[in-house]
Amino acid sequence: MMIAALPYVSILRARFLLMLQYRTAAWAGVATQFWFGAIRVMTLAAFYAGAGRQPLNLAQVVTYIWLGQAFLAMLPWAADAEIAAAVESGNVGYERLRPIDTYLLWFARALAWRVANTSLRAGPVFVLAALLLPLTQMHDWAWRMPASGLSAALFVVSIALTALLSAAMTVLLNIVVTALKTQRVVGFSMGLVSLFSGLVIPLALFPDWAQGALLWQPFAGIADIPYRLYFGALTGGMAVQGLGAQVLWIVLLILIGRWWLDRVMTRIDMQGS
Amino acid sequence: MNGFALYWRYVGVSLRGQMLYPTAFLLRLCSQFLVTIVEFGGVWVLFQRFHHVRGWAFAQVALFYAITSIAFALADGLSRGFDNVGPMFVKTGNFDRLLLRPRSTALQITAQDFALSSMGRVAQGVVALMVAVWLLKPDWGVGTVVLLSWSVAGGTALFFALKTLEGTLSFWTTEGLEVANTLTYGGEAAAQFPLDIYSAWFRKFLLYFVPIGCSLYLPVALALGRDVGVPGWAAALAPASGFAVLFVALGVWGIGIRHYTSTGS
Repeated sequence: MMIAALPYVSILRARFLLMLQYRTAAWAGVATQFWFGAIRVMTLAAFYAGAGRQPLNLAQVVTYIWLGQAFLAMLPWAADAEIAAAVESGNVGYERLRPIDTYLLWFARALAWRVANTSLRAGPVFVLAALLLPLTQMHDWAWRMPASGLSAALFVVSIALTALLSAAMTVLLNIVVTALKTQRVVGFSMGLVSLFSGLVIPLALFPDWAQGALLWQPFAGIADIPYRLYFGALTGGMAVQGLGAQVLWIVLLILIGRWWLDRVMTRIDMQGS
Repeated sequence: MNGFALYWRYVGVSLRGQMLYPTAFLLRLCSQFLVTIVEFGGVWVLFQRFHHVRGWAFAQVALFYAITSIAFALADGLSRGFDNVGPMFVKTGNFDRLLLRPRSTALQITAQDFALSSMGRVAQGVVALMVAVWLLKPDWGVGTVVLLSWSVAGGTALFFALKTLEGTLSFWTTEGLEVANTLTYGGEAAAQFPLDIYSAWFRKFLLYFVPIGCSLYLPVALALGRDVGVPGWAAALAPASGFAVLFVALGVWGIGIRHYTSTGS
């Protein structure tokens, strides 16, 4: 068992070390994300000024926005760039030659990519928004601490599930790219992901009649569910439902991905020489 | 051949290149539309909850959103070449070739990469504009239509100027800088709402320092008949600031070129 897992663990580690090389890019990303977070916070704060009772209060929405910026790299925006390039050059055929499971390999790569990228960016955004901002006059716009110890624990579990879910979605995007032999279509996923993960507007602020469906669609588990667990807006039975939705989609997407990858790989066209 | 004709010659070649792969082009166009229309959907969702923001209704905000989106998208399409100054021209030394030609480098850079897929973004702005007009049912005369077009023109000039400065930065950094997005994409995101919903410091920043608001907030507020503490004639003239900034930016681009040293190859 241990020996069988070894190649995947090495890939996780190698990718992680590779990502850590791009520190300057990460710092630039942090500055950009802080600024975009600030604009979004100011906009939402304006909406909340003088508004009645809402499903989330302003402090929760502000925290939601900062979590979104800190964990932005978790979102499955696009397929793995190297695999996409391999598809266009025909090198993807080599994946058939490796004596390891292609799905697991791609999954490990995606997971390492998401986690390494996030771990570089989340910390600095946290320092800026949660530790420094409260010291200024803009403390109303600061990232707040978790609602309770239990919320913090649930958030940690949920964000770990998010990493798995996001990796499963990234592999699905890889498979779409492999099947269609172009990466252009993947732009479509960006719109879906940003709207239905809650990144554009927190899902709780969508119309009430849509709430049930929104919790159980796959993208909620990418951002909305862990964030709501963080500030205690999903508790008790709802918290269990949220985590359940995440687990359900992870299992489903992995099963779909495995089945589809087998089909795609058995009749892959090799391009190039 | 004069500069104008040369520009269109370049653009024609660039367009023919993009049209060689029509499916890929259509997909880029559609994804630009989808990625941005989702943001407009988000604004609609917010108004379903809150109904108004500091006295502005959805229809009015939709007009700000539309004018800003269209201006940004036009500038984005026209200035795409500046995105690649670092990787495609400075790093490779290819910029030498542009300097050898007795023509404006800014013209060559922008015309060789005319991004028609930005029309997907423009289309999104037009959808927002149609929603705004449909909801407002305004009795605009020719004057207001001219005012709004003038606002789009000023906004386009300003965003184009910001992209020029971003491109100029590549002479020093050689890499494109994600940080530059804070002014371009960040400015667009901020100006999609009327600026008086923000704190005073941020509003002043966007009016006097990076005068996005002069082109996109003052004239649109005037068209909507809202008093924003500026005389009407000043609000109507304000988009001229976009062209002033563009003039300065092209000067800075010239300074960047003097700083450029070829890598040789």
